[in-house]
Amino acid sequence: MHGGEIIPTSTLWLIPALPLAGLLLAIVFGDRKRLVTIVAPGVVGIAFAVALASVVTLLRAPAGARLVDDVYPWIVAGPFRADVAFRVDALAAVMVLIVTGVGFLIHVYSVGYMAHDESLPRFFAYLNLFMFAMLLLVLADNLVVLFVGWEGVGLCSYLLIGFWYEKDENAAAGKKAFVVNRIGDLGFVLGLLLLAWSTAANGAISLDVAHVEEHVHLLAPQTATAVALLLLVGAAGKSAQLPLYVWLPDAMAGPTPVSALIHAATMVTAGIYMIARLHVVFLASPFALEVVAIVGAATALFAATIALVQTDIKKVLAYSTVSQLGFMVLALGVGAFATAIFHVMTHAFFKALLFLGAGSVIHGMSGEQDVSQMGGLREKMPITWWTFLVGTLAIAGAPGFAGFFSKDEILAHTWGTGHYALWAVGAFTAGLTAFYMFRLLFLTFFGELRAAPEIAHHVHESPPVMTVPLVILAALSIVGGWVGLPEGWLWGPAFGRFLAPVTGHSALGEHGAGVETALMLVATLLAAGGATLAYVFYVRMPGLPYLLAWRLKPVYELLVGKYWIDELYDAVVVRPYVALSNLLWRIVDQMMIDGAVNGVATTVLANGQLWRYVQDGNVQHYALVFLGGAIALLSYYLVR
Amino acid sequence: MTGNVLLSLIVWTPLVGALLVLLVPRDQPDGARRAAFAFSSLTFVLSLALWAGFRADTADFQWIEQGAWVPSFGIQYILGVDGVSLFLVLLTTFLTPLVILFSFGDITTRVKEYFFFLLMLETGMLGAFLALDLFLFYVFWELMLIPMYFIIGVWGGARRIYASLKFLIYTLAASLLMLVAILYLVSVHAHGAAVTFDVRELYGTVLSPTEQLWLFTAFALAFAVKVPMFPLHTWLPDAHVEAPTGGSVILAGVLLKMGTYGFLRFAMPLFPDATRAATPLILALAVVGILYGAAVAMVQPDLKKLVAYSSVSHLGFVMLGLFAVNTIGVEGAIYQMLNHGLSTGALFLLVGVIYGRRHTRAIADFGGLWKPLPRYAAVFLVVMLSSIGLPGLNGFIGEFLILLGSFAANRAATVFASGGLVLGAVYMLWMFQRVIFGPLRHEENAHLQDLTGREIAVLAPVVAMIVVMGVYPRPFLRAMEPSVKALVARIEAHDGPATRIAARVNGQR
Amino acid sequence: MVPTSWYLALSAVLFAIGAVGVLVRRNIIVVFMAIELMLNAVNLTFVAFARQLGTIDGQVIVFFVMTVAAAEAAVGLAIIIAAFRNRPTVNADELAVLRW
Repeated sequence: MHGGEIIPTSTLWLIPALPLAGLLLAIVFGDRKRLVTIVAPGVVGIAFAVALASVVTLLRAPAGARLVDDVYPWIVAGPFRADVAFRVDALAAVMVLIVTGVGFLIHVYSVGYMAHDESLPRFFAYLNLFMFAMLLLVLADNLVVLFVGWEGVGLCSYLLIGFWYEKDENAAAGKKAFVVNRIGDLGFVLGLLLLAWSTAANGAISLDVAHVEEHVHLLAPQTATAVALLLLVGAAGKSAQLPLYVWLPDAMAGPTPVSALIHAATMVTAGIYMIARLHVVFLASPFALEVVAIVGAATALFAATIALVQTDIKKVLAYSTVSQLGFMVLALGVGAFATAIFHVMTHAFFKALLFLGAGSVIHGMSGEQDVSQMGGLREKMPITWWTFLVGTLAIAGAPGFAGFFSKDEILAHTWGTGHYALWAVGAFTAGLTAFYMFRLLFLTFFGELRAAPEIAHHVHESPPVMTVPLVILAALSIVGGWVGLPEGWLWGPAFGRFLAPVTGHSALGEHGAGVETALMLVATLLAAGGATLAYVFYVRMPGLPYLLAWRLKPVYELLVGKYWIDELYDAVVVRPYVALSNLLWRIVDQMMIDGAVNGVATTVLANGQLWRYVQDGNVQHYALVFLGGAIALLSYYLVR
Repeated sequence: MTGNVLLSLIVWTPLVGALLVLLVPRDQPDGARRAAFAFSSLTFVLSLALWAGFRADTADFQWIEQGAWVPSFGIQYILGVDGVSLFLVLLTTFLTPLVILFSFGDITTRVKEYFFFLLMLETGMLGAFLALDLFLFYVFWELMLIPMYFIIGVWGGARRIYASLKFLIYTLAASLLMLVAILYLVSVHAHGAAVTFDVRELYGTVLSPTEQLWLFTAFALAFAVKVPMFPLHTWLPDAHVEAPTGGSVILAGVLLKMGTYGFLRFAMPLFPDATRAATPLILALAVVGILYGAAVAMVQPDLKKLVAYSSVSHLGFVMLGLFAVNTIGVEGAIYQMLNHGLSTGALFLLVGVIYGRRHTRAIADFGGLWKPLPRYAAVFLVVMLSSIGLPGLNGFIGEFLILLGSFAANRAATVFASGGLVLGAVYMLWMFQRVIFGPLRHEENAHLQDLTGREIAVLAPVVAMIVVMGVYPRPFLRAMEPSVKALVARIEAHDGPATRIAARVNGQR
Repeated sequence: MVPTSWYLALSAVLFAIGAVGVLVRRNIIVVFMAIELMLNAVNLTFVAFARQLGTIDGQVIVFFVMTVAAAEAAVGLAIIIAAFRNRPTVNADELAVLRW
């Protein structure tokens, strides 16, 4: 919460500035690939070190303290003021370490993955720009600065999805991502405007985090709800929640490390982070929190069902990301802000691992992404196989792995706050998750290789520059969850205690440890059931899925068609808008408005045409009129 | 502060240059080019001196020059600058040399006449921004039309005659009403005493509500056509499409700002009660303009038309900020004027670059330009992002302040207007996707030349300003703040009848 | 002594003949002569009234009119000859190149 000691520093600006410097160097030395492959990961590595140093400083300080680096006054207009200022409190500390740490690993991995791409410097320039924006977002002490990072990561997402711009569908996917994000941003901006005016006090309008926290009590209940729901729209856009999730699956058109970094580990968690950062606003509106929880649970289930039947390895992971983000939003909705961030962290580990593993597979398969063309890669790619297995176990919630602790904490909080229906949805989704992840694992690594011979011939394990990050992430996917054990186990929820000064303690513990253990058991059993089912379906009886798909054809097609949401948006939003625009242009603008303008001109002209017959240039006609006029005048005077 | 002549130097240097350019022999077009560039650069340097000497701690007019012109009618020669006009002057003097430099390669026929008109136009624009005598302002205001008319009509495209006539007659007809209104206002103010056109004295004129409404309408019409506000905008796409690149840049970059500047300097503070009464209508038109311009821009097949309609949308934001009538909104509006001048000016330059290479502006004729033109694509990207208001670049500061300001004034209008943020991204990104991304669709684009050194020299300063104004807006905002505060106070100060008018217009009792 | 009204009547008749000539004839030379006729009709009126009122104002005006008429005849005939050189016609309707 607010209060706490403020420790002024002047080093935090370095953390985002380093990747920015990397970007500038990549622009200047764009033709020297080798240099770029050293500088780009290097700056992120240094940024990680600086971040680590800052976090150590924070840890040494009393609990609740925060580091603040006020760099310069940015926008000052009338009563409004926004400074470029950075803060590291517990929440930002976690995020900044995730972003720079995972970011660094993915940068290293990219050196191998993108080695053969001629546009490698451009790739690293974008990636560094992304790191800059993301760090701005995470470290911002002011919501307007946060918004700079917020839109900045959207921009990088746009650029990186369309990185291979020569394919039309990539460019289209990039645009879609940006526009859908913009819709969310619109909600965010409106939320900020309302928040700014509603928390204005003492003649000052400010969006400093501290100012908002301090004056949040000025929000009337309805205003708080409005602000929170608008912010939720923003979070739904960035964190791919219903109904704005549609851009994320398409975003897989980008290079795989991008999918890992931006569309799994970091950028998409920005919405979660933002809600956690502004949780005081959400706490002011129980109704809005309830909506958050429902949106999260619905998204988790919805995306998981789609993931069941996808055959593109990255699409499965994309829908799984949407589903996992749903879990995080659910956690936010039940007030477990620290737990949501906990899941952000573990998810960053295992989802980055899974994506990088998928990238390794794609790399080895010469670019093939369809799992129906894969199989039996266990022997040919052993490191990828083992690490992918770890990632799958982690996301499925196998006991002891990272995802187990974070997911169970979410479910426990859902139950503990009385959201039994949402808990059921979450637990069921956890089972689905295990099913589709193991399905993916079995299709990829078990059975016979189904690829064309010329591809099969080339299948190979990836170079160390790619596998080493995999191994590190795999290790993190195992131990990453141990910082947040259930209450009463060893050191207990250390992670939650660390975040508590920022996010507050959530209302758990009334049910006691017994209930939590029971819930944990149920979820684990569901996950195990899902995994077993996948084993039966895809290893033991490979014909069964086809039979099932044939029997449940309408359901199957609905899922393969992704509920036809894209088609729906196209028919309801995109096409009518284009048609309306054409109508406005051709009918309203050209015919009506410009027609009126030209009509005035034409009327004047036609009038002139008419009257010019009077001026026919024949002097004798003029003379006749002249005479007539003279006679008329004379007769007037004579008659009068 | 009488006795200094800096403002006069700034205003008249381009005209002196224009006359000198005419003396250059016809067979030496390079001489004309260099002379024009030298004089416009000199003007820019002078205006930098103006900024250096500008005092940001006062709302008063500075560097005032005052002298009799036609004493029998009370017409004076008064120039002065404040925080509102300072940056518009700088924008003008900044863009003109760049346009001249760009036109080195663009204009090959009747070279010296072109630069003559361009420099004359600069004098007209600077005079209009700096004049504090209504009559003098009107003279400069009309003086701008003539060179622009010739620039479009002589160096324009296929339908240049139609476009230039439409531009001239449309704007001229609207401003004649303003002349009548000026004369009426001056006569009411004089009321038997000494006649004056000095706007500083006219600010306090006491008018009945009806008089205010009529005079405001006359002024507003003249300015609204220039802005251009929906539905008075249809001259703009035609003029832009037909104008040569330099003409388009000046037209979008500076001339459109005349309209919004006119509102802020004259129409609003002279008739504060009427301003408040008309606010709902103007806000409605501004919002319609934002959304309508964005929608129509999306389906344009011609790049220049797209940018032209995007101007309608952007200037809608400016109007929204102005009629928020609070410090935040008005500062945002002024900032957005500068942003629009830079980003839209740069967009027209960029369209001019590929038009010069391919002699077409149809979006369908391009696609996949990133590969042959990487530097071009990168600059285009930054400019496009500035235009859609990406945070970190200049456009965001303006849009955010406008929305923040107008949110306090009129929530509904702000909410609708903010839809323009999304629609703006839609048409720009779609255009960018079709022009820059995708495969090379036309073989003849494969070997286009990337930006030349001269083109980079033109675009680099604009891009640099786009970034600087996004990252460090403080010096700009600080300098305009006192003047904006004073203007806002002036519009708000008059109470009495205003509430009555407002109540009547809004249908409240 | 002949009464003034007789002069006026003659003048009116001459003027009418001249006016009709200007209006209906197409031959430029004839139109020209008709104009001269009208001028002289006016001159006659001037002189008649001058005589009746015993002043010389009217007489003086007549001199002015005669001067103008002479100048007009010189310029007019010159124009006619110049036009005739370009187009061999004296019909006014056929000399219409400057009309729309």
